[in-house]
Amino acid sequence: MAPLLHAANLTKRFGAIEAVRGVTLEVAAGEVVGFLGPNGAGKTTTMRMITGFLEPTEGQVTLGGFSLDEAPIQAKRSFGYLPEGAPAYPDMSVLDYLQFIGQVRGLAGQTLHDRVAAVISQVHLERVEQQTIETLSKGFKRRVGIAQAILHDPPILIMDEPTDGLDPNQKHEVRQLIRSMGSTKAIVLSTHILEEVEAVCTRVILIAAGRIVFDGRPQEFEARAPASVQRNRMDHVFREMTAAGSEVQS
Amino acid sequence: MTMGVQPWRAIFRREFRAYFATPLAAVFLVVFLFLAGIFTFSLGGLYERGQADLRPFFDFAPWLLLFLAPAVSMRLWAEERRLGTIEVLTTLPLPLWQAVLGKFLAAWAFSVVAIALTVPLWMTVSWLGDPDQGMIVAGYVATALMAGLFLALGGVVSALTKNQVIAFVVTVVACFLLMVSGFPVVLDFLRGWAVPGVVDAVASLSILTHFTSLTRGVLDLRDIAYFIVGMSALVYSTAFLIDWKKSA
Repeated sequence: MAPLLHAANLTKRFGAIEAVRGVTLEVAAGEVVGFLGPNGAGKTTTMRMITGFLEPTEGQVTLGGFSLDEAPIQAKRSFGYLPEGAPAYPDMSVLDYLQFIGQVRGLAGQTLHDRVAAVISQVHLERVEQQTIETLSKGFKRRVGIAQAILHDPPILIMDEPTDGLDPNQKHEVRQLIRSMGSTKAIVLSTHILEEVEAVCTRVILIAAGRIVFDGRPQEFEARAPASVQRNRMDHVFREMTAAGSEVQS
Repeated sequence: MTMGVQPWRAIFRREFRAYFATPLAAVFLVVFLFLAGIFTFSLGGLYERGQADLRPFFDFAPWLLLFLAPAVSMRLWAEERRLGTIEVLTTLPLPLWQAVLGKFLAAWAFSVVAIALTVPLWMTVSWLGDPDQGMIVAGYVATALMAGLFLALGGVVSALTKNQVIAFVVTVVACFLLMVSGFPVVLDFLRGWAVPGVVDAVASLSILTHFTSLTRGVLDLRDIAYFIVGMSALVYSTAFLIDWKKSA
């Protein structure tokens, strides 16, 4: 199957700092990729390049068959994006915000109405849909960000720490949602919670100091731990592979 | 499927409403009308002049806008950066110029609302006497155009920072320079050493020269073109700078 998301040799330099160095990745429909790495390893920068928020110093991105460089509008239609911290306009109500995002995405009338209603029920925002976003708890804010990202039912979903700040129940719900979408979409989510990888991901990409140091199935990742390690085997592998000097840029 | 609105219109609507979603709109409108009243009646001596026209208001309007337009434009992009929402906005499938245009037009529309709320002044002088209505219309057009140019300039500054206070202060200074470039004190200073062409160029850049000639009641196309071209260039620059920051 042709990959929906293709990033080739992505490199980002901020002045003298090289935050991401030659990252290449392909994600096909049906894959849920857990993008792992220590803070500052380049996860967010990589996601920002894939979504076109940052321009790579080198490298190309193709989304849904469209080059981000040459056909940015078509490329951007093919994905939904939850940026780090789930930013949203604090002065808007949840409903107004989702309608606004839908309108900018070209939805209107009944379609817009139906899609907004669908995502509100999917991420359980019914109770707060009339509230302004600034009055929401961190968990609800995060869910508004997820709702915004899946509003147009995109084939590609890119999420920077989708479960950050959620309580265990909410985490469970979001993971179930991701799993349910994972069979048809290409999903990339960043996290540093390793249990999340076991729970939802079909593939692990580990990034350290701006480079991919592992790309494979979660079972393969875990198998890298020596047999003597009994508990938290993934943590062990993570530490081994990212130890020392991985902090490049936050 | 129903055809959606153009993205810039969705942005425009959101931004225009955003002004009224916070106390900013109320504070701004009250201050603007209060100062407009003071300038026109007390400092401008509307009654003492014994002439029923809005000259005092239009004479002071540039100075009023010098501080109030930057207050409207400062949040345009600086706030998006501070909140992080710029990351959502610029990864949505719309051309960047549409986002920039929608925001600029919203700020302009809000300022035009403020200016339009001074219409009671117009009604007052019309009731007191028989003013040249054409001149007053020209004055309002000039004031709206000046607000637009200041806001477009403010948009450029706002695109470069995430700090609204910095955006405000820098915009005030930039607008001030745009105004005083036509003042005799500046031009005389330049005449001392610059070639005449430069002096004329600087003078022709001054917003006040064009504003004043419009408020005299002459809707000269060259003056109107100055504002329209200026706004277009600045709106384009805003989009260029935001795009350029992606690769910085």
